[in-house]
Amino acid sequence: MTEEKDDKKYTTISIPTPLAEKIKKRIQGTGFNSLSSYVTYVLREVISGTEEEPEEAFSKEDEEKIKNRLRALGYLD
Amino acid sequence: MMPKPHGGKLVDRHIKRKPSEVADLPKFEINTNLAEDIENIAKGVFSPLEGFLCKNDLENVIKEKRLENGTPWTIPILLDFDKKEIKDLKEGDQILLTNTETGVHSILDIDEIYTFDKKTLAQSVYGTQDTNHPGVANVNNMKQFLLGGKITLLESKTREFDEYNLTPKETRFLFKEKGWKEIVAFQTRNPPHIGHEYVQKTALTFVDGIFINPIIGKKKKGDFTDNVILAAYETLMKYYYLKERAVMSILRTSMKYAGPREAIHHAIMRKNFGCTHFIIGRDHAGIGNYYGPYNAHMIFQEFPDLGITPVFFKSFFRCTKCDAVVNEKICPHEEKYHINFSGKKIRELLMNGEIPPENMMRKEVSETILKFDKPFVE
Repeated sequence: MTEEKDDKKYTTISIPTPLAEKIKKRIQGTGFNSLSSYVTYVLREVISGTEEEPEEAFSKEDEEKIKNRLRALGYLD
Repeated sequence: MMPKPHGGKLVDRHIKRKPSEVADLPKFEINTNLAEDIENIAKGVFSPLEGFLCKNDLENVIKEKRLENGTPWTIPILLDFDKKEIKDLKEGDQILLTNTETGVHSILDIDEIYTFDKKTLAQSVYGTQDTNHPGVANVNNMKQFLLGGKITLLESKTREFDEYNLTPKETRFLFKEKGWKEIVAFQTRNPPHIGHEYVQKTALTFVDGIFINPIIGKKKKGDFTDNVILAAYETLMKYYYLKERAVMSILRTSMKYAGPREAIHHAIMRKNFGCTHFIIGRDHAGIGNYYGPYNAHMIFQEFPDLGITPVFFKSFFRCTKCDAVVNEKICPHEEKYHINFSGKKIRELLMNGEIPPENMMRKEVSETILKFDKPFVE
């Protein structure tokens, strides 16, 4: 993965050469124009699947305020 | 499960302060579109943005369709000024941004003052430099300097339709109260015909609730007025939706007609409202023939980490052979049996004061529209 030279935005990661060759073959004729773009895509997919966390709870004060407004507007009974 | 806000945290930059407390700051009157951008930033609709884009973020959005930190972002949110206006300003200054129509009073902390290339911006966002494209025309009309930095909204006034205007914080709370875990969002700029209803209900079948989210704002001559669209949906929901399964709230933002890029932007906003799914139809946010009919579907392949699931639909139509409302994935019959739901035809009938056929638009919806003296923008 030596295609990206911009030190600020990219870093170099080593992967086994046979794997890189396999990926190059795999992306032929697809929308991926480089090994890096494919690996970035795969990693983003993996990372997005592990970042799911429960939504933070509302504070009591927030909750009351929002509930009252939603009731006043008819969104809640 | 309700998705986390885009970028991980719901932005809240609305701090109620009297504008008189900051009266010493240089004051600039901005247009309504920019004021609405400020409201959307402050209330978390544009999370994770906390202000107008700085140069690195803009360059990354143009090239990579992502912010500098890698978060998907496709439509640049920019604040433009001309040289004369900013001659006394420097990075680190604070200014007051105001707008009479919205009553927006806000502070901008200027992080960066920079210039940009209009052709590059237009080409990347709209895929064209044709000045007949309204988005490209807007870019060409932009002033040459951009100010990047965080905004703080101090005040905005109550406006028409605010009873339908929920913030992401409110919709997230509402969905939770309703016990909805999976929510599909539907964006619209028109009153609903039967084809829209089928798209919505087909999607709704697989989730807990639908969030109908009309875009409200500047429209072109001949479009339905905002109050007609809202009234038409109120009627449809009253007679044909389960109350516990559908919610409508407006979104004040301008249409950019950026096709695929705007489809991603629209999905991000709905993710911030707490939706798990977003309906994308044919030529979403398109205009004329600038984009392929399903380009707005394909672009989602570039964003496996978007955090909201697109629900792709091809158009529904009535098939006289099936004797049902169907789409091309489920109807085996020839085109001669198909009757499209023509928005244009429905509009023509309504313009003449006629009720469209009930297999095109619900009678109650048509009657609601015809109760208005002036249902169209003049």
